Order: sequence, then structure tokens, then C-alpha cells
Amino acid sequence: MAPVATTFFFYFLSGLAILSGVLVITRKNPVHSALALILTLLSVAGLYLMLYAPFVAGVQIILYVGGIMVLFLFVIMLVNIERSQKEKQFNQQWLPGILAACGLGLLFVLIYVKGKALFSQPVITMPETENTQRVGMMLYSNYMFPFEIASLLLLVAIIGAVVMAKKRI
Amino acid sequence: MPGFITNYLDKNVHVTPGQYGSPFWALVYILLVFGGVSLAVVCMNWLERKILAHMQVRLGPMRVGPHGLLQPIADALKLILKEDIVPEGADSFVFLLAPLIILVAGFSVYCVIPFGPTHAITDMNIGILFMLGVSSLGVLGIVMAGWASNSHYPLIGALRSSAQMVSYEVAMGLAVISAVLMTSLNPAGTGTLSMIGIVQAQYAQHTWFIFKFFPLGFIAFFIFAVAMVAETNRAPFDLPEAESELTAGFHTEYSGLRWSLFMLGEYAAMISVSSIAITLWLGGWMRPFPNLLQGPTWDLAFSLFPALTFFGLAAMTFYSTMRMPKHPYFRIQTIGLGAFGGVFVLIALILLIPRVRDGVQDVYWFVAKIAVFLYLYIWYRGTFPRYRFDQLMRVGWKVLLPLGIGVLMATGIMGLRTEIWDFVHRLVHI
Repeated sequence: MAPVATTFFFYFLSGLAILSGVLVITRKNPVHSALALILTLLSVAGLYLMLYAPFVAGVQIILYVGGIMVLFLFVIMLVNIERSQKEKQFNQQWLPGILAACGLGLLFVLIYVKGKALFSQPVITMPETENTQRVGMMLYSNYMFPFEIASLLLLVAIIGAVVMAKKRI
Repeated sequence: MPGFITNYLDKNVHVTPGQYGSPFWALVYILLVFGGVSLAVVCMNWLERKILAHMQVRLGPMRVGPHGLLQPIADALKLILKEDIVPEGADSFVFLLAPLIILVAGFSVYCVIPFGPTHAITDMNIGILFMLGVSSLGVLGIVMAGWASNSHYPLIGALRSSAQMVSYEVAMGLAVISAVLMTSLNPAGTGTLSMIGIVQAQYAQHTWFIFKFFPLGFIAFFIFAVAMVAETNRAPFDLPEAESELTAGFHTEYSGLRWSLFMLGEYAAMISVSSIAITLWLGGWMRPFPNLLQGPTWDLAFSLFPALTFFGLAAMTFYSTMRMPKHPYFRIQTIGLGAFGGVFVLIALILLIPRVRDGVQDVYWFVAKIAVFLYLYIWYRGTFPRYRFDQLMRVGWKVLLPLGIGVLMATGIMGLRTEIWDFVHRLVHI
């Protein structure tokens, strides 16, 4: 079926992502920050859906929202929040922050002005029904080697975590 | 009638309302599914109390209505009228949000559950992935509820729950992947994640995936069946709400309507994970024995099952009506029970009309399979003692996870056995 109210959903989802992203860094309570981050991730998953990438959206929800953020909350709940709220923030690095923001803003403006010339190729529209199959085919044919390297890296990380967490193995 | 109502009713339309792009019919389906699930939760509530009571040689609810049939309504009224308490020191925003998240996560997954080839709200390309992802959002609600209550028992319950759900999701995912692998065993060699596509793959291969590559399909189904009980925090894996240790676990501090939202979400999740198991391994909406007992006579015999079920329920009701005490005090209850039986007979007669009979086939078999799973849930609760937490973790990580990986690899090898055989053959002949 044809997509409905694309512009509305684009602005709605991106607005939600930006708003909750700002909330993540302004909330004092880390649990509230984590919840705002979940909202950001969900709205980004919605944007993936709009780009006809349902597989990426599904994986985003399963891995980030259902897995990683739950572990985040798990850790935050074990930390003494009242003490950390009273502590002075030690990451007040205004100068590098402003410089980085200015650089990023300049990049955005440049892309807005020159973007059409840089990406002159027409956008390939892929039917939604084949997206997942295409991702699988690509991962296991053209990008087999990087894929395996990434999985090896994850395996090393798992073993490292176990070694660090357990004194006696 | 306006076009947006009639165009979906066309005989040539063989897709779900979501795929067809009919918002009106999608809304009708959503309301039907939501109402049906809520009704099922109410029935399940009564059945659970009655069945558990009979397993423990008690009577269970008997006072409100005949055989306690009106007990769920009385309970719901009580919960709605109770005061909605937010404990002092609780984080009120998160505290009030948590039950809503559990409810939304529990009900959103019904978007893709296929009650029949066209009886789903929509069919997504990533159906099973969507179901696993959205149902895993429920754990967030539990963690938020436990933390925001600002109390010890809920916090411990939430910690246990998140650890348990994250651990069992891994084994569950591996079992699901082995079933998805089986859908790719067609000449084209492409599998599918769509819920309707998975059932159609079972139809095309003339077998339910539980019997495929016996016993591999069965082991995968077994892993899923264990993991799904742990995922829904039900006995024997109900550590997050273990009464004897944590009073009520993560929802200790909740009262009234918000507590009932937790219960609604939990039962909705039980129904939805059961329907994942049915879709992946038990042939979804297909009737039993499609190969062994085929032909028009058997088709007709199986199509009479919905009516027979309701006749059976009516017979049970009438039998109970006859056994009601004859004292005048029970007269209204006896009449009510008889009328209940009369409604069952009426439904059974409607189900005998050929058009209705053929139309409800798919939905009937799907719902019947769900009912078996829900009975199993009650049965587990009545018979199994609760696991200790270290035992729970050992089962999840040291038994189910390796078993799942083994089944996945074995399924892959079985799927490619002709290719592997050819390869070995060529190696030998070089």
C-alpha cells in the first residue's frame, strides 16, 4: 500500500527524536535520561521504517531498546542515585563542546547547500517486501568477511567481559 | 454503503486489511482483536481460579453467580472503585507510566498475529522480529515499576525480572531462528519472517514445523515453550512476583485500576507468546491431521468442530443446571445458568450455518490451540514448584542456550544435506 502522511510522520518522528535527545542530557536523574534515550531510539526506529528498512528498525528495537537499555536501567538502579545527583558534574567542557557543535552545524549547512550536487544519483527505491532478504544476501555474500570479523570482535568482547567479571574461572 | 467499506469485501481480495490499505477494516479488526483478547483474559481469570482450585481439591469461587461465573465482573468492579495510591517518595511520573507501557507492549503485538490467512490486522515483512521486539519492551515497564515504587520488594522483583527476561530471550531467539530457517526449504531458497508467510511455508511443505526433521523441530519448540513461560513471569518461573519472598514483586505498591492493567498486560502477553509458538511450530490456523485424514468427508467432519465445541459447553452447563441445589434461594442462579447454556446452544446453531461454518474455521483452530496453551499455563502453575534463582539462571544459560545453538546448527545441516552430500561425493571422486 502507498505510504500515508509521510511528511507529517517524518517531522513528528524527527522532532520527537531531537526533543528526547535533549532530555537525555538535561535530566538530572539518570533513570529519566535512560527513559528519554529509549524514546529517542524508538523514534529513530520509526525513521528507519520510513526509509523502507523494516529489518533495521526491528533489530534496533530488539537490540537497543529491549536489550541494551534494559541493562542500562539495570545498572542505574543499582547505583546510589541520590549521591550522584548531589555531586558536581565533572564533564563541564564548554569550549570543546561549543567547537564540536559549531563544526557539526557547519557540516549540516554545507550538506543542505551542496548535498544535491554531491549525491546526484537518483535514489533507488526498493520494494519493502524484499528488504530483509536483500540484507541477508548482502551480509552472507558481498560483506561476508567484515561480518565475520565483527562477530569475532563480539566474541572477544564477551570473553573479556567474563574474564573481568569472574575472579576464578 | 460507501466505497471504503465495500471495496475490501470484494471476493478477489485475499490480503489482510493492513496490506490492502483499508483503514476502516483495519480499525474493525483492531477493535475485534482488542475486545476478543480482553474477553479471553476475563474468561482465563475465572478458569484459572476454578481449575487451580479443583487441582487442589477446593471449590474456588462459588458465591458470585452460579459456580462463581460473575466473579471476574465483581473483581473488575472492585478494582475500578479502589483508590489509586501513589506511595510517598515514589517517582510519580515513572510510577504512573509503567503499567501503560506493559499494556501497550502486550497489545501492540496483536497487529501481526495471523488468526487466518486474511484474518490479521496486517502482515509485516518482519512479523516475527516485530513480535519479539515489541514484547521485549514489556520488561521496561516491569523495571520502571519496580524502581519507581521506591520500595525494596518491588526493586528486587524488577531486578530478578529483567535478569530473567534478558536471559531467556536469547534461548527464545535461537529457537525462533531454527524455525525461520525451516521456512527457506523451498525451491527458491528464500525464507520469510512474516507470520502469515511462516504458516504458508508449513502448508507448502505439508508438515507442521514441530514434526520437521524430527526431533529437531520438537526440541526447538520445547526450548521456546520453556522460555515463553519464563518470559511471561509465570509459574514455575514466577520469581519476580514470588509471594512467599517478595509479597507481590514488582507490582507490590500498585492498587486498583493500575494493578489490573498489570494483570491485563501479563495475560495478553501469555496469549501473544502462545500464538507465536502456534504460528511457528503448530501450523497456525491449519486444522489437525491435514495429510492423514484428508478429503471432503474429513474436511466436513473437522468443520463441524466449532459447533460441537459449543454443544459440548452447553451440555456441561445444562448438567450443572440440573445439579444446582433445589432450594428457592438458588432459583435465580439456576435460571441464569440455564440461560447461559441456552446462549451456547444458540451460538452452536449459528456455527452450523454453512457460510459461517466455513468462515470461522481458521479462527477456530487458532483459538483452540491458544486455549490448549493457556490450559498448560494453569497446569504448570498447579503442579510445578518454583525454581530457585540460581537454578533458573543455570537452566537458561547452561541448558537451553547450548541446546538452542545445537538445534540451530543441526537444522542448517539438515536443510543443506543434499548439497553437503554432493560436495563430499565430489571430494571423494577427485
